[in-house]
Amino acid sequence: MPEVAVRELTMAEAVREALAEEMRRDPRVFIMGEDVAEAGTPFKVLSGMVEEFGKSRVIDTPISEPGFTGIAVGAAMTGMRPVVDIMFGDFLTLVMDQMVNQAAKVHYMSGGAWKVPMVLRTTLGGGRRSAAQHSQSLHAWMSHVPGLKVVLPSTPYDAKGLMKTAIRDDNPVVFFEDKMMFKVKGPVPVEDYAIPFGVADVKREGEDITIVATSSMVPVALGAAKMLEEIGISAEVVDPRTTWPLDEKTLIESAKKTSRAIVVDEGYERYGVTAEIASVIATGAFYDLDAPVKRIGAMHVPVPFSPPLEDATIPTEQLLFETAKKMCKR
Amino acid sequence: MTTAANESKTGATLGAEQLLHIYRQMTRIRSFEEQVNELYLRAVMPGLSHLYSGEEAVAVGICEALRPDDYITSTHRGHGHCLAKGATPDRMYAELLGKEAGYCRGKGGSMHIADPASGNLGANAIVGGSVGMAAGAAFSAKMRGSGQVAVCFFGEGALGQGLLYEVLNLSKLWNLPVIYACENNMYNEYTHYSETTAGEILARPAAFGIPAEAVDGQDVRTVHAVASRLVGDARAGKGPSFLLCNTYRYRGHHVGDVNREYYRAKQEETTWLNTRDPIKILADWMISQKLVEQPALDKIQAEVKSEIEAAVAFALKSPYPGVDQVEEDVYA
Repeated sequence: MPEVAVRELTMAEAVREALAEEMRRDPRVFIMGEDVAEAGTPFKVLSGMVEEFGKSRVIDTPISEPGFTGIAVGAAMTGMRPVVDIMFGDFLTLVMDQMVNQAAKVHYMSGGAWKVPMVLRTTLGGGRRSAAQHSQSLHAWMSHVPGLKVVLPSTPYDAKGLMKTAIRDDNPVVFFEDKMMFKVKGPVPVEDYAIPFGVADVKREGEDITIVATSSMVPVALGAAKMLEEIGISAEVVDPRTTWPLDEKTLIESAKKTSRAIVVDEGYERYGVTAEIASVIATGAFYDLDAPVKRIGAMHVPVPFSPPLEDATIPTEQLLFETAKKMCKR
Repeated sequence: MTTAANESKTGATLGAEQLLHIYRQMTRIRSFEEQVNELYLRAVMPGLSHLYSGEEAVAVGICEALRPDDYITSTHRGHGHCLAKGATPDRMYAELLGKEAGYCRGKGGSMHIADPASGNLGANAIVGGSVGMAAGAAFSAKMRGSGQVAVCFFGEGALGQGLLYEVLNLSKLWNLPVIYACENNMYNEYTHYSETTAGEILARPAAFGIPAEAVDGQDVRTVHAVASRLVGDARAGKGPSFLLCNTYRYRGHHVGDVNREYYRAKQEETTWLNTRDPIKILADWMISQKLVEQPALDKIQAEVKSEIEAAVAFALKSPYPGVDQVEEDVYA
């Protein structure tokens, strides 16, 4: 058997490795954000980067998210490939004009004359007891906007391969990392690879019900699938990996095969990612479905601080298990 | 903070040929805008446009100090900047009419004209929305060592936007080759700037340690002389600067803003038009200096008139984009 060069890396290490390899490959790539250099970000994702690439390519900024995001847009238009770090996904609200009215629209408004090849890295997810302004999952906002691409890796392997694609893409890409998963380990090949956008990954095959899960909810879905297996229900777990472009085909095919689907995502349920994906499945697999598509998202409340309250707002394995069990009439 | 009203007497001097070119560029912008108004009145142009008439010396004075590969960002009142940086009237009219031959293939319109060939990163319909983009272009130029500079045009209305101050801070910290050209035409839409602007305008960039000065924005020679110095400084690695150009908007906020008495007096408009017109100021000076005689200026006026007429005709007869193009260019 040929030796396969695979190691275990954490999510943070996988992201860092992708960034470092791309920065070695392409001198136009640079990183900009708050405490990205010596601090390596509060999550330590970028530890060691400034030592290798120097302060001219790993650039600490003032606490001015719209300002440095705007600078990234202009730099991207004029020959650079910036990777902007927005520490908490909640701060996306501060950069909405730069991302939504500028980055996302420059290519279209200029009739294709200008391009904005930039990546905005940010985080999502609750569970850190960080309360309402540091816990949101706002990827639905970004997915709503034509001109942006939105990436949600759930494993170190996906994180590295998708980050490479994000950096090489000629469009503004918003890359969401789950704060709680940075230390999760997984196999990552040594050799260079990239994962194309718009290709869902079946994280677990099953026959009775499809669970479509994104980012932080993929491990939750896999946990629920294990519980379901114990009572004789075979659940398939599908991770779209990018909410735009969206691999509608794989989602629909899986739902057709199993005849039931639940969509779970840590964003707010109302008008959220789950609504869009449920609609795609309901439309595409209608004649093969034995039950209405079910959605589970974060509760429609600001994320509370108190642990029992916060825990109540985030979808759990138990909730997913109960919901799937009921849909399968067990 | 300094004022540089007399810089043109001591600073960069312009030869007769460049002065005539500047005269032609200002005339071109004025004629262009008059025809935009006509197209609006004839209901040929979709939507609205914000006319630059009266402010020509700012765009032309500054852009004449730039290299072709230098960058600019522009505003909703952007036709003057686009023309001054090198765009041509035919494709601009085509864009204003939503035609495929336009700079943005009809997808941008009046407020979004962009042109990589002339370094125009685009007009921008978010007030102050492009200050980051301009600084980013300067940042990129510095990183690439290209020697390019960026000029960020914005109106005094953008002084109310927080993004401006974040970016002023960043551009000084990072010593970026960017010139912030604040066009004070005195009105934030329909409100006099004195009602919206606390303190002294120049004190704001000065607080970041950015060299800041005011010029008479109706005197193109002064604008050009000061801009040349600031552009030279930026190119020499001396960092950002802020140029406050005091000017006046002859027309309304947009072409549909015709009854303006409720926010400014007719008398004020006619005074500026009759005594502070930038094209007339330049023409009078050139004649007084015996650099040119009136017939030569009349000839330029006539040439520009026929150029503009031909450009309008080109745009009118150009086809609209096919509906099949609506989904093109969402992604690169």
